[in-house]
Amino acid sequence: MSTVKLDITKEHCPMTFVKTKIALSKLQSGDILEVLLVEGEPLQNVPKSSREQGYKVLEVSHVEGLVHKVLIEK
Amino acid sequence: MDTTELSALIEPKEPKKLSIISFSGDFDKLVATFTLATGAAATGYEVNIFFTFWGLDAIKEKKGRAFVGKGFLGKIFGFLMGGLHSAPVSRLNFCGISPGIFRYLMRKKNVATLEELVEAAKALEVNMYACEMAMHILGLQKSDFIHEVKDVLGVATFLDISEGGRTLFI
Repeated sequence: MSTVKLDITKEHCPMTFVKTKIALSKLQSGDILEVLLVEGEPLQNVPKSSREQGYKVLEVSHVEGLVHKVLIEK
Repeated sequence: MDTTELSALIEPKEPKKLSIISFSGDFDKLVATFTLATGAAATGYEVNIFFTFWGLDAIKEKKGRAFVGKGFLGKIFGFLMGGLHSAPVSRLNFCGISPGIFRYLMRKKNVATLEELVEAAKALEVNMYACEMAMHILGLQKSDFIHEVKDVLGVATFLDISEGGRTLFI
């Protein structure tokens, strides 16, 4: 089991979702994706769409300013 | 369990499927097509794009202006229509200068360019189809398109594929 980091704080729609989805597709089952994202659309929808696609959202936590961290298990 | 939860179990949910008829070969409308397609595919939708008429320019293997197509008129149209790199914007095209300005602005503001969106659509395995009738008019063959184009279809097959989801015409 490994953890892969992904920073999408500077990305805009739809690449926030696209980069998350592509990163998740490259992981093995049980691996964790640590996503840094900003408030608004990415924070509202990246965890939601990950859950809807059957991934497990382990944690959503505030980092600093507008930045949040989301841990997603494949 | 309340009534909302119960009804969610009983009522079948609408399948997550988005089908887009990509008619326009305009730069801005192709950006809209591929933004919706990649966003939907990345959030778990099955996505189908049916390219027809001017929209076929977006999936040509040759991205610039080239004499693609069969017959004299087909080749002339193929050259004038061009490919993804020569798509004009639908307003204020300024003789073809505007798409370059848009590409510059998109890169500068860290927004995915049209070419990046097309690459993302390929990576997300968006289903891309070409319209048989429009290809026949323009003298185009499947080999003139990028290899990610899954099939050449007519209306009836596209309607079957898109059934049960949402369909957009762009």
